[in-house]
Amino acid sequence: MELNYHPLGDGAIVVTAGESISDETTALVRAIAEAITRAEIHGVSDVIQAYVTVTVCYDAEGGMTYRTMEKRLREILSDVRPAGKGEGRTVEIPVCYGGEFGPDLAFVADHNGLTEEEVIRIHSGTTYDVKMIGFAPGFPFLGGMDERIAAPRRPSPRLEIPARTVGIAGAQTGVYPIGTPGGWQLIGRTPVELFLPDQEIPSLLRPGDQVRFRPITTEEYKKMEVDRHAHH
Amino acid sequence: MLIIEKSGLQTSVQDLGRPGFQQYGVVAGGAMDPYSHRVANLLAGNSETCATIEAALAGPSIRFEMDSLIALAGGDLSPGIDGEPVPMWRPVAVKAGAVLTFGKPVSGCRVYIAVAGGIDVPEVMGSRSTYTKARIGGVEGRCLKKGDMLQAGKPSILAKHWAATALSKAGERQFCAADWSVSDELVPRYGNQAEIRMMKGPQHRWFDEESRSLFFSGTFTVSSESDRMGYRLKGDALRLSEPRELLSEGVVAGAVQVPSGGSPILLMADRQTTGGYPKIGQAASVDLPLVAQLQPGAQLRFKEVSVDEAQQLLIQRKKRLAELKLAVELKMKGV
Repeated sequence: MELNYHPLGDGAIVVTAGESISDETTALVRAIAEAITRAEIHGVSDVIQAYVTVTVCYDAEGGMTYRTMEKRLREILSDVRPAGKGEGRTVEIPVCYGGEFGPDLAFVADHNGLTEEEVIRIHSGTTYDVKMIGFAPGFPFLGGMDERIAAPRRPSPRLEIPARTVGIAGAQTGVYPIGTPGGWQLIGRTPVELFLPDQEIPSLLRPGDQVRFRPITTEEYKKMEVDRHAHH
Repeated sequence: MLIIEKSGLQTSVQDLGRPGFQQYGVVAGGAMDPYSHRVANLLAGNSETCATIEAALAGPSIRFEMDSLIALAGGDLSPGIDGEPVPMWRPVAVKAGAVLTFGKPVSGCRVYIAVAGGIDVPEVMGSRSTYTKARIGGVEGRCLKKGDMLQAGKPSILAKHWAATALSKAGERQFCAADWSVSDELVPRYGNQAEIRMMKGPQHRWFDEESRSLFFSGTFTVSSESDRMGYRLKGDALRLSEPRELLSEGVVAGAVQVPSGGSPILLMADRQTTGGYPKIGQAASVDLPLVAQLQPGAQLRFKEVSVDEAQQLLIQRKKRLAELKLAVELKMKGV
């Protein structure tokens, strides 16, 4: 598909690479975002990668116009090709499933006619793709969850889901980097921070990464949490 | 040193935000009304990027531990010191021990309190802006509370000199305001109604004909569910011409998203970085400060402008701010 350009107000331009989620579109979106970032265009502040679009924020007050911006992007992206597979990193996220950290693990199991152990095995036996980061700082939209552990959202959202909780909503799984209200089914928690405000790149995960979850015991969780605090 | 004696509502430290991290889900945030924030800073002899204190509807009480130069811009929340009204949109020299208080909101919604030298809190990702949801920036990532102590940075030499001269003439009074202020055309008029310039959003054509015409002709009311993330608007429901799902994509402040219920949400400073609702419009950045000053119950209408026009307006405003900066320097030098 040919790339599409349109304005998002007076300070952003949206590049659309496709109409639906596919591996090819994901790879193309990633290549577009990387090419724009690499070009270091003066006055561009943000390059926001999503499922099928890349939104580029620029400083119109500094004199950059939409027309100039679109022209620049067309030049930069004239020969862009989908990024190759396997160029991203694989990040392992340890998860303590069930118990106080995953109060809805039993529900997810029951809902799918599985045991809790089977849910854990399926959830941690899959490799996920980070499609995009959004919604909250460091929050990954993950693709690739096994439909056998899909579960509907809770009828009424919890007022506060603790940071680092792993959840399932419909056919999606994700990790809440910060405490937030939400209706996801909670199946576990990781001792690892996903939002890293004191790092140059403030997110553990980036679009294009692959993610695997590794089950850990409560003891391991507590030890890793103590180690994390020792680092701060 | 500034001591918060009363917190007020949603009082927080803000600057021009932390752009550059939206690809990691971190909102740009910053002052809801960046225009008033910038003007207040210039009047305090600061750069526009210094941190100020933003307060909404009910302002805080702040005690100044040392002689200071401050400036207030934005909504009129009845500022006073020692029972005497403090004029806005001009520099004000304040004596050590003075307490700045606020009363009832007269016009607008948010006031910006600039202190010469800027509010000095640690930078997080290049910004001092408070983002309470992620608990970063400002004071411990939260709104200010009673007992908080804030440091100001180093004032400009000009600001310091001007304040000292002004206070030498203050006599018994706790403060001395400049006998000049920013020119009338630089002071926005806040009311219960506003006309906001608006561009078509990327999904404008997804909406049915009636909704498209209603959007630019109807009146919308700011609901009480409005905060730093966004303003929920009430009015005639806006409908898509056929059911359609949008895949989540990047959004910016000023976007008007329409969830399936039909009531639009105008995204503001602390919006999320991505959203999955169709966007019927995108407010001109130059008018977002006016939106930030609307109280719940206020009415707004949208007037269509082109992207070109909206960008021209931004450049014009930048010129006016640059002129203001020069004018303040000349005035403070007594030229």
